[in-house]
Amino acid sequence: MSSLDKEKLIDALVRQIKISVTTLPDDIKTAIRKAYERERHPVAKKILSSIIDNFKLSEYDGIPMCQDTGTITWFLKVGKDFPLLTSLEEIIVEATRRATKMVPIRPNAVDPFTGKNSGDNTGRFIPWINWEIVDGEEAEITVLPKGGGSEYTAQLHMVSPGLGIKGIKEAVLKTVYEAGGKPCPPIIVGVGIGGGADIAMKLGKLALLRPITIRHENPDVAKLEEELLNELNQLGIGPMGLGGDTTVLGVNIEYAHRHPATLPVGVVTQCWAARRASIKVLSNGDIEVLSHKIPNIFDIRLRGE
Amino acid sequence: MAEYHLKTPISEEEIRKLRVEDVVYITGRVITARDQAHRRAVAYYEEGRELPVKFEGNVLYHCGPIVSKEGEEWRVISAGPTTSTRMEYIEHKFIEYFRPRVIVGKGGMKEKTLEALGKYGAVYTIFPGGLGALAAKSIDRVVGVEWIDLGTPEALWILEVKNFGPLIVTMDTHGNSIHQEMERKASQNLENILSRL
Repeated sequence: MSSLDKEKLIDALVRQIKISVTTLPDDIKTAIRKAYERERHPVAKKILSSIIDNFKLSEYDGIPMCQDTGTITWFLKVGKDFPLLTSLEEIIVEATRRATKMVPIRPNAVDPFTGKNSGDNTGRFIPWINWEIVDGEEAEITVLPKGGGSEYTAQLHMVSPGLGIKGIKEAVLKTVYEAGGKPCPPIIVGVGIGGGADIAMKLGKLALLRPITIRHENPDVAKLEEELLNELNQLGIGPMGLGGDTTVLGVNIEYAHRHPATLPVGVVTQCWAARRASIKVLSNGDIEVLSHKIPNIFDIRLRGE
Repeated sequence: MAEYHLKTPISEEEIRKLRVEDVVYITGRVITARDQAHRRAVAYYEEGRELPVKFEGNVLYHCGPIVSKEGEEWRVISAGPTTSTRMEYIEHKFIEYFRPRVIVGKGGMKEKTLEALGKYGAVYTIFPGGLGALAAKSIDRVVGVEWIDLGTPEALWILEVKNFGPLIVTMDTHGNSIHQEMERKASQNLENILSRL
């Protein structure tokens, strides 16, 4: 009989961060390997093969695949009867702080005014936590350590509603074009449509949580995802922006109903190192890794263990 | 797409042989510097102060590594490149004042840097973004660190590397830039795609 307490959950979350920064999810690995097979440009092929070498090495050696381990952002789906509901924020902040040394990950929380780095990935509102309270007594916890280079090229477009789907496509194409090599292509594009300015950006980021092998459940949205993927790859930007067939590995869209007068389109660019890890925590303390084939999260070794 | 294995210090003659799309592997001295270190280094020079490190003939790496201190010894855990355009406003001065031979970053740089590369004899190369694990594997040891008060990502890390690469020359001393060329191509492609929507 296992049990759940604060210390155990903090420990699990530190290991979850380690999984996310060292091991790519299978959908991303497969997409990169397929892109390598298809790619016709020699420089692009060289880059893709070095990316494959790198993610194999990071997984094998248990070190972060990229030194920019990002802003640690959490997405929670927590049952209203989850035993640690009220201490979850404290648990997450402490796990993020500990992971900085124990994984290790790079300290990436900087005061915007003084430029001072807090040194432990925590600070005002950071790590950012997205809450969703649902029925039940379990918690689904996802961590998205998203790098600064790809966040830098995200854009919000307030499209004229009259332009419709064409306007949405233009917004996405222009964003990826302007991003060029900066977000470390091949990239994954998360598109948020509707809601409002803030909601569209949020939906764009939420879209990145879905594996790129799974299309949106709404067939019209799924079709738009397919079309955009094809059109974006015709830009020819290629891996690292040096030209090639592979600019985008996947396009995921999420949407909300919109105000009659606005059509917000949030375009979130995500580097090839599209790191994410999800776990499910049961009320009895059992923990299941959802995003990776890891039978027991406590088998993941931390620094010095 | 010729392949070169270069050892630091690298001469101007060697660097002027390189052309865009060449692949380079470096053995020797690499020093990291990003936003704040660039600003401080240029300010130091203009105030007539000495830098604590020597870039001349060596490699300037746009990188903020993950490091770990074990006892008295620093280790680099992961060390891929950072986006170079953030340094564009100041890089031409950095090249003029400190004469690095190879700049390593990602995403490319623009006209002012391209001009300085030709004038002072240096190339800009990209190390594929995100290859932090691969880069760390090529680092033999951390020789030292300066300006640690800027925080570990922004400090000057002096590294001894072995076969650091693949570095792809994307801006050479002859005024060629893959980035400029790609911008032209991609903008043409964008127009074509938009006209078909």
